[in-house]
Amino acid sequence: MSEYHTQTVTELSAMLQAGKVSSVELTQYFLNRIKDNDEQLNSFITVCEDQALAQARAADERLKAGDAPLLTGVPIAHKDIFCTEGVKTSCASKMLDNFISPYDATVVKNMQDAGVVMLGKTNMDEFAMGSSNETSYYGVVKNPWNLKAVPGGSSGGSAAAVGARLVPAATGTDTGGSIRQPAAFCGITGLKPTYGRVSRFGMIAFASSLDQAGPMGQSASDCALLLNAMAGFDEKDSTSIEKDVPDYSADLNKPLNGLRIGLPKEYFNTEQGGMAAGVEAAIKTALDQYKAMGAELIDIELPNSNLSVPVYYVVAPAECSANLSRFDGVRYGYRCENPKDLNDLYTRSRGEGFGSEVQSRIMVGAYALSSGYYDAYYLKAQQLRHLISDDFKKAYEKVDVIMAPATPDTAFNIGEKTDDPISMYLSDIFTIAVNLAGIPAMSIPVGFADNASGENMPVGMQIMGNYFEEAKLLNVAHQYQLKTDWHKQLPEAFQ
Amino acid sequence: MATAISSAWEVVIGLEIHAQLATKSKIFSGASTAYGAEPNTQTSVVDIALPGVLPVLNKEAVHMAVKFGMAIDAEVADRSVFSRKNYFYPDLPKGYQISQFDLPVVGKGFIDIELENGEIKTIGITRAHLEEDAGKSLHEDYAGMTGIDLNRAGTPLLEIVSEPDMRSAKEAVAYMKKIHTLVQYIGICDGNMQEGSFRCDANVSVRPVGQEEYGTRAELKNINSFRFVERAINIEVERQIDLIEDGGKVVQETRLYDSVKNETRSMRSKEEANDYRYFPDPDLLPVMITEEYRQQVKSELPELPEQKQQRYMDDLGLSAYDAGVITASLALANYFDVVAVKTGDAKLSANWITGELSARLNREEVEVDALPVDAEAFAILLLRIKDNTISGKIAKDVLDAMWNGEGSADDVIEGKGLKQITDSGAIEAFVDEVIANNPTQFDELKGGKDKMMGFFVGQVMKMSKGKANPAQVNALIRSKMK
Repeated sequence: MSEYHTQTVTELSAMLQAGKVSSVELTQYFLNRIKDNDEQLNSFITVCEDQALAQARAADERLKAGDAPLLTGVPIAHKDIFCTEGVKTSCASKMLDNFISPYDATVVKNMQDAGVVMLGKTNMDEFAMGSSNETSYYGVVKNPWNLKAVPGGSSGGSAAAVGARLVPAATGTDTGGSIRQPAAFCGITGLKPTYGRVSRFGMIAFASSLDQAGPMGQSASDCALLLNAMAGFDEKDSTSIEKDVPDYSADLNKPLNGLRIGLPKEYFNTEQGGMAAGVEAAIKTALDQYKAMGAELIDIELPNSNLSVPVYYVVAPAECSANLSRFDGVRYGYRCENPKDLNDLYTRSRGEGFGSEVQSRIMVGAYALSSGYYDAYYLKAQQLRHLISDDFKKAYEKVDVIMAPATPDTAFNIGEKTDDPISMYLSDIFTIAVNLAGIPAMSIPVGFADNASGENMPVGMQIMGNYFEEAKLLNVAHQYQLKTDWHKQLPEAFQ
Repeated sequence: MATAISSAWEVVIGLEIHAQLATKSKIFSGASTAYGAEPNTQTSVVDIALPGVLPVLNKEAVHMAVKFGMAIDAEVADRSVFSRKNYFYPDLPKGYQISQFDLPVVGKGFIDIELENGEIKTIGITRAHLEEDAGKSLHEDYAGMTGIDLNRAGTPLLEIVSEPDMRSAKEAVAYMKKIHTLVQYIGICDGNMQEGSFRCDANVSVRPVGQEEYGTRAELKNINSFRFVERAINIEVERQIDLIEDGGKVVQETRLYDSVKNETRSMRSKEEANDYRYFPDPDLLPVMITEEYRQQVKSELPELPEQKQQRYMDDLGLSAYDAGVITASLALANYFDVVAVKTGDAKLSANWITGELSARLNREEVEVDALPVDAEAFAILLLRIKDNTISGKIAKDVLDAMWNGEGSADDVIEGKGLKQITDSGAIEAFVDEVIANNPTQFDELKGGKDKMMGFFVGQVMKMSKGKANPAQVNALIRSKMK
């Protein structure tokens, strides 16, 4: 039997188009792989076997008829934050354990129109709040490189599933690093597009001004294919941007001669907690590789970087406190048993339905918005956000892309940071500014380094671009992946 | 001391009017806004706030708000922002209402009202902002439970906030009527108060005459008729004065007017009041309005009530009073236009509309749109007066019959034999008989006692059952006096 899991989406697409494999065969292969391996990983909340096979059969028809789009018949998984018609959409919360969406998110619909087959819905941190996948109502996801370690979060299920090649690719969402950090931890390639590039309609909101969906895959060229299908203006999302979607696969092969890479000194010094020595070494090697490919390394400053974490932990909770008000036990979702009165219905439904991380963020957010504190917290945070954006705007006058580690360290062990929220929050220190500014960024695997427990784990490097320059990011990442094979590494247990 | 409002106190009133905008679809979704559908049938995934849904602003709602702004010469903001007003209630699906807070679409404006003594008073309008309505909680039909109907959730509202410029319940009603008329003229609200399309909250306080500082105010919630506004304010003013005169203090609170008991009751005090935690809605972009757009909207405004009133006076020769009464309601003005054209007699039409028709409208509490006699039929009635088929007096009876559904003016005149007698021979016979029966009085009339004329005409009319042409009767009596 073929080893389809070692193939990228780009390769599988070519095989499907050439009729070398059917979508039903591929779909069944990956369904089996999930069945055989996911008990260890816990990367899926829902597997949609019947539906996936039905979609695969339809894809095969379409392929036979000819003129099928490139992703036709390729099986993928969606993060369980995307609403999927007729399929449980839980956001990894007890609150939505019984929720079956009556409609599809635009991302899901776009992907479906592009012909993909949905294998199932991946695990995540509850309502995308977390950096380790430990806040899921459905239990922690394990890192395929070391089952004692976390896969990162919040898109930990998608990252682990792709890392173990239970699926060729998956979707994720990124509010403060939720695509890039787990991609880094699991050794895969992930892209957070420009805010507004991909529709948020049907994607359960965490922090509306920061949330953005993106692809998580084995390579930059896979992410390009996936983004082609995901991106675009959506009249149902007022914050999506009416701007033509380029063919992200078109520019992958541009040479990098003369590429100006900015290295923000704030990300490379130790003031902000710095990065682990092994991470630093891997990043340095990757940068040398870029230099060898003709790029120029330029030291730059992002002077307001230190504001990112505090600003984020005001803005994101504030928005989430309102976004999650709709989960009130009235119309759908979890409702407590025998409520005494309306107040009891609210407090117990929400108290019992939400996990503790979600509850604490709602409380922080409600506090930051309350009368008398609004100016000092929310308003101030929004003002500081402009400073952070301005840093990037200035930097892109001098450089084409910015490179930095995706995370200060490699994947930590399960339970290691659960009692230390500040240390947990700081694991997103290098990713958050990107969301606050709304720019696109990727994480690509660039090597391995020991984590605090001495386990050798993948290292991710972040590539940040100017607004709407996803194509450039993908080109820069792809050229690196042509010269290296970090992205082709598979964890031993999932070869 | 339940007395008339003491002259030692000054009443201060500000109104927040909620006008439901007459858009076809909701403010943030494509669901219909039509009234009266089965519960929860006019709700999209957005209206019931499913996970993941997003609002998309209805451009027509903004257009209507700008229309209102231009009609009251208000500042219409270059940039306005939607904010989330956070509170929990079962008929508020998202747990927040999308409204406007510090940056409303319409800023300061003003409108003139006419006081009872004919004086004109300018009432300031602080702002008008767009927001979505909530759904409805139905408590009656579900024992121990509450039903939720979300058809109304997401219906666009324009909340029009006045300055505390009104000094009596009557002024408040005059202001509310003025706004009610205006929103219908510019076509942004159907004004239907029974269906809740037009309702208000009244902020009421009292202060000793001469005191500059405002007293503590109470907010009377959700009043949906002019009569109730007047009664609610008066009863609240009385309560506040009694309270203060008895040594008490008015508490800042929200109160509900109970029209059955004619009293106001406390709903919640300021201490219990929600902190709404307003913040700009990150799902919606700021609304940007250009000067060009404002001017375009302004140029497209229809004739406004005051302009119409002036035109009726200048072009049709109506009195200020008649023109005012007619233009105070767009439906009545439209009715008048039809009648005046069809009869070719604007003054007669105005007299009848402000007199007989308005009296019946008020007495029976019907809306102009629901009049049992339409403008065409009414015009024919007036034409029968003009062509001397009936007298004005008989016409009132004919109108009553028409009102009761007994047919057209001609049907009624024919059916009841009310056609005016114009045959001078027949009328002369009546006149002769009356003179023969009242010789003394006739001598007095001839002797110069002009008052007797009325007596004789009255007797003849009575004898003819009102059908004799009064002008002819008059002329005949005079000829007999020679």
